[in-house]
Amino acid sequence: MNVALFVTCLADHYFADAAADAVRLLRHLGCTVSFPPAQTCCGQPAYNAGRNAEALRMARHTCEVLEGTDAVVVPSGSCAAMVRKFYPRLMDGTDSPTLPDRTFELAEFIVHRLGVTGLGDGLAGRRVAIHQGCHALRELRLVSEPATLLRGCGAEIVPWAAHDECCGFGGLFSVKMTAVSAAMADRKLETLPEVDWVVSGDGGCLLQLDGRSRAGGMGVEFMHLATALWRGAGDAGAAAGQRRSAGAR
Amino acid sequence: MRTGIRHYAERSREIIRNDPAARESVIGATVAFDEKRRQAYAEIDADAWRRWAEAVKSHTLTHLGDYLVEAEERLEANGARVHWAADAADACRIVTRIAKDRSVAAAVKGKSMLTEEIGLNPALEAEGIGVFETDLGEYILQLLQEPPAHILGPAIHKSLAQVRETFAHILGTEPESDPDTLARVARRELRATFMHADMGITGGNFLVAETGTIALIENEGNIRLTTSLPRVHVALVGIEKLLPRMTDLAGFLQLTARAATGQPIGSFVSLIQGPARQPEDDGAEEVHVVLVDNGRTDVLAHPHAWEALRCLRCGACLNACPVYRQTGGHAYGHVYSGPIGSVLDPGLLGLHEAMPLPFASSLCGACFDACPVRIPIPELLLEWRREAQDRGLTPWKERAVLAGLAAAATRPGLYELAGRVGSRLGGTGIARALPMLGAWARDRAPPKPSRSTFRELWREGIE
Repeated sequence: MNVALFVTCLADHYFADAAADAVRLLRHLGCTVSFPPAQTCCGQPAYNAGRNAEALRMARHTCEVLEGTDAVVVPSGSCAAMVRKFYPRLMDGTDSPTLPDRTFELAEFIVHRLGVTGLGDGLAGRRVAIHQGCHALRELRLVSEPATLLRGCGAEIVPWAAHDECCGFGGLFSVKMTAVSAAMADRKLETLPEVDWVVSGDGGCLLQLDGRSRAGGMGVEFMHLATALWRGAGDAGAAAGQRRSAGAR
Repeated sequence: MRTGIRHYAERSREIIRNDPAARESVIGATVAFDEKRRQAYAEIDADAWRRWAEAVKSHTLTHLGDYLVEAEERLEANGARVHWAADAADACRIVTRIAKDRSVAAAVKGKSMLTEEIGLNPALEAEGIGVFETDLGEYILQLLQEPPAHILGPAIHKSLAQVRETFAHILGTEPESDPDTLARVARRELRATFMHADMGITGGNFLVAETGTIALIENEGNIRLTTSLPRVHVALVGIEKLLPRMTDLAGFLQLTARAATGQPIGSFVSLIQGPARQPEDDGAEEVHVVLVDNGRTDVLAHPHAWEALRCLRCGACLNACPVYRQTGGHAYGHVYSGPIGSVLDPGLLGLHEAMPLPFASSLCGACFDACPVRIPIPELLLEWRREAQDRGLTPWKERAVLAGLAAAATRPGLYELAGRVGSRLGGTGIARALPMLGAWARDRAPPKPSRSTFRELWREGIE
């Protein structure tokens, strides 16, 4: 299958290795991956701020750049939800974009489009907690997909009472209401069980939780879902993971 | 009416920093309520119930005039008196007049957010009428002279230790009294108050147009006493509280209880259609129903915000909200707090008055999943944000940053350059001086940018 990667701003700059792992994983699963280089931001920061004119310009640009691709895979539930759920609302009456229907979050794409749930056993013996990003969970309704894939790689998913609670990122929210935002991350971290990694499919959530964890000297290790899955895919992924730093990204 | 809304960001910071006990109490109670709500939804086909409830409420709101007239006719036929209040001052005047004309010295009250909204207690007290809250949470807050911090559990932000201390100080209980003892003392105090009250004041969860029935849901029995012991009962009801038929009420009583407390139905449901009739022993001699607008028709006329008028005041969205949980209701500066407050207050008070509440959300969507009448709270927050942007009610720096982002995002070369500079600066001391990034950096360790961007990795070739 021909797949275009829509990398997203945060993955491009803060989770570049994870995005590269997504490419490796998709290739490993038989996809031909392209990267349309003129892609930029999906427009969610402007959309969530209520600046629809700017968001619309970015949405149109994204649709144009990703025109003609079969399927678009996004290593972010939040940006995937922006394209799938919010583009139709934003562009209602002005455009009829085809992009929303062929855009998928990474785990969603692997489980539902490729029909794969077992990637390998590279995570055997790993204790993992999943942070479910709000947009993946409540807009795309991806309740079980990340856990299914991680479990399929041999990981033990450790129950986390606050697994589906917002981390407090929320883009603009985290800078406008910074005290509440930070307290939300703290509440999540206070309830975190003993695990090897906290895994999430969203870079924003990982930056937020990691930022508070390090500020509080907690030493929690965070990992993007794409990296966890590539490591889980087995020998190829595990070897690549060891070559790079053992760090989260 | 309190007008502390504009200080939301600072007040929330103060509460989080200075009152960790309040945060703990609120988190503990809301997480427990939310869990009960989830279990209660799981026992039924919650999605079908919620869609039904949404449809009934939306229908009622789009035919509100007809149902209001029908309700008035039925209530009058039942022997109740109906009063129309355009705003808060009007409503307070009406209730004060009823009380003074009947030489009322003391009024007992059931919990009512509407009476908080219109400032009824101070209005009555200013006329020398004693007002006594009888809901246990409201009773505690009246002792402390604090406003409610939650729609359903007004004293949600108070710990057992604080209640103990308050009771010991004001009512003379032992400092280590257990909750049962404290409740017994409150009951003793309240019973005495009930016995000499001339007037009972309540809100109304629903008003059924078909029969002219006020429905009141509670768990403490204080509303039952408030509506049956004093000779005069005054119910203040927002005009959005209408339901067409008695059969609708049967469904709403159950759904409201499941959403609010996870119960299949409230412990007490009082249905009041008018004064006591011969040969009934119980019930008020006079029943007055005050139908209050106070901004609701403006909300109804708004192209988007009208959906917020479906609200049942169950508090489920507050319980589900991770933003609300960090502070409780006082940070919001108005009687309606949490997610529903952030979409309702701009409609009731005007957007300018309610800033920055539409921005007091991470848009996580937990409120929508909890809402029994499917109010699209995240979408309404976005609508208010758009209106705020269009009217220039947001900081210019923020608008400039977003305009810059859009300009760069449609020019890939500029975007790549700006992104590199931005993410690298974000990890340095310079970040603190930058707009928006600076706020992030104050409360968090700086984000670590990747050594190479993905674009660079792609150009080099990914093995």
